[in-house]
Amino acid sequence: MTQATVSAGARSRGFYGEKGKYSGIRGWIFSTDHKRIGLLYLVSMAGFFLLAVTFGVLMRLEMLSPGKTIMEPQTYNTLFTLHGIMMIFLFIIPGLPAVFGNFLLPLLIGARDVFFPRLNLLSWWLFITGGLLALVSVFLPGGAADTGWTFYVPYSIRTNTNVLPALFAAFILGFSSILTGLNFITTIHRMRAPGMGWFRMPLFVWSLYATAWIQVLATPIIGITLLLVALERWFGVGIFDPALGGDPVLYQHLFWIYSHPAVYIMILPGLGVASEILPVFARRTIFGYKFIAFSSVAIAGLGSLVWAHHMFTVGMSYTGMFVFSLLTFLVSIPSAIKIFNWIATLYKGSIVLDVPLLFILSFIVQFSIGGFTGLMLGALAVNIHVQDTYFVVGHFHYVMFGGTGFALFAAIHYWFPKMFGKMYRKGPAVLSWILATLGFNTLYMPFFFLGYMGMPRRYYDYLPEYQSFHVIATVGSWILVLGIIIMIVNLLYALKKGAPALANPWGGKTLEWTVPSPPPTENFATIPVVTTGPYDFSEYEQRPAEHS
Amino acid sequence: MHDDATAQQSQTTHTVPYSQYVLIWFGLLALTALTVSLAGIELGRWVIITALTIASIKSLLVLNIFMHLRFEDRVFRMFALVAFVTLVIFLVLTFFDYAFH
Repeated sequence: MTQATVSAGARSRGFYGEKGKYSGIRGWIFSTDHKRIGLLYLVSMAGFFLLAVTFGVLMRLEMLSPGKTIMEPQTYNTLFTLHGIMMIFLFIIPGLPAVFGNFLLPLLIGARDVFFPRLNLLSWWLFITGGLLALVSVFLPGGAADTGWTFYVPYSIRTNTNVLPALFAAFILGFSSILTGLNFITTIHRMRAPGMGWFRMPLFVWSLYATAWIQVLATPIIGITLLLVALERWFGVGIFDPALGGDPVLYQHLFWIYSHPAVYIMILPGLGVASEILPVFARRTIFGYKFIAFSSVAIAGLGSLVWAHHMFTVGMSYTGMFVFSLLTFLVSIPSAIKIFNWIATLYKGSIVLDVPLLFILSFIVQFSIGGFTGLMLGALAVNIHVQDTYFVVGHFHYVMFGGTGFALFAAIHYWFPKMFGKMYRKGPAVLSWILATLGFNTLYMPFFFLGYMGMPRRYYDYLPEYQSFHVIATVGSWILVLGIIIMIVNLLYALKKGAPALANPWGGKTLEWTVPSPPPTENFATIPVVTTGPYDFSEYEQRPAEHS
Repeated sequence: MHDDATAQQSQTTHTVPYSQYVLIWFGLLALTALTVSLAGIELGRWVIITALTIASIKSLLVLNIFMHLRFEDRVFRMFALVAFVTLVIFLVLTFFDYAFH
């Protein structure tokens, strides 16, 4: 590809140059263009992410030595609560669907926008309202909530901290999530380009579709549950508090009926990103397209049925424990199907080790470690030993950060040229990948050992024998943060001074690469007609045969 | 043409006499009274099944009459059915815990 093929869009600023009804910031916050809304999410989410990372780093600094290091116990409780709420509700859940789903879904299926553009904008407004409410709750009299992101009763009913604003923040964010899910389901059903049957959809779209169903079906349950906690705090209705005749285990059931599927809201789009990037950089048609597509749906379905594995030590019936342990093991099957298909895609591929693929390779290894430790936790006997220890914290950080977080890093490096029409520098991006991978594993691998040794999660203090692992983990957090800073600086620099991006810098085959970078306002001058599957790399795959 | 016909059909079929709404409202009140009265009787493990059955009947009445689901296209009824089946699955799984205590 030569400079002559640099898209006209890159020179004309694409949708950035649109003269709409409003200008300046109002041109963004009142825009119904899916691309602008995706970028609004990106900017707001990045802000929440950096704040939550800061909280995380401060917590690790506190754990550098036993006893007080830099903060009081109450501050520590507040920090892990805010870190959890912000990372989960404001970063990981909306992360891939709201940013990349919004920006790319219409482009991937050959549409000009989502089905309900105004509803889409409302989703962002709800998101930002919920996010700001969570932040405001920190500064209100009474202090920030200290319940952990799970709001477990009866403590969340009795604590005098600002639990209610935090609950309402989560409630509002839930609405944002439901509306986004509804929008995506309708868009995928109704707006695919002519010729794009279900099995010609890019796999990221399949993963967004499965995610959207969970968002629509499971999120209302957490909304109602949080409202019930609010009712109990306000009026003393005995629903969950045993002192009032309520059942605290019922709260845990209701909370996890949503919050476990929410884990799949977080990871499924990440799995979709991997399926999108791997064939492009392996120059191979993806192996087992239908298996990967159906495994997304299977993960969404089965993943919604495993919630009580969070509750093996609360006194559930043995039948319940058996059933939920069995279901937990079953959900690993579609997850493993994906991993095997990705590896098979790489096999004999013409692999180009570029930045997005590097992040995806880290993702596969880290997600596998997260998955396997998840199976260990799903086994009843092991679970009782490591329940509520650092082992659990290590497990979900390997899935959420090592998995989804790294998929998000891969996605931003893969689609950055399309979204902004600029190329970033490869050297610093590779350096950021090395540091992020090294830092991540140095930070979270010791958690498994700490947990196995008995270090409980959310404890401010610890016995001296745990210190060496805590020190290693804290040093890891510094390396990881350095990697993230280099990544952000590199991308911001590219925004300002990056070379113009080609329309298709990676040689991708999906529809977003057929339009200029950045895309024009209406995406496609004429709606494309799809005649092949999304990963047709037959020209590369035939090459060895030609030489033989 | 087809759209016009659909719009017309939805316009005409959405007219429901007020008397029917009032009747259903009384029905809902009666079912609520029944739930409250049954709460005072010791029904053992049947208490949950009874309460959920009454609640389901009430939900069906609200969905079909007040929310006009019975006049809607099949796709909307399918969506409501998916949500209902999901709820049933969640309830059944939850009772793998409660029913075997």
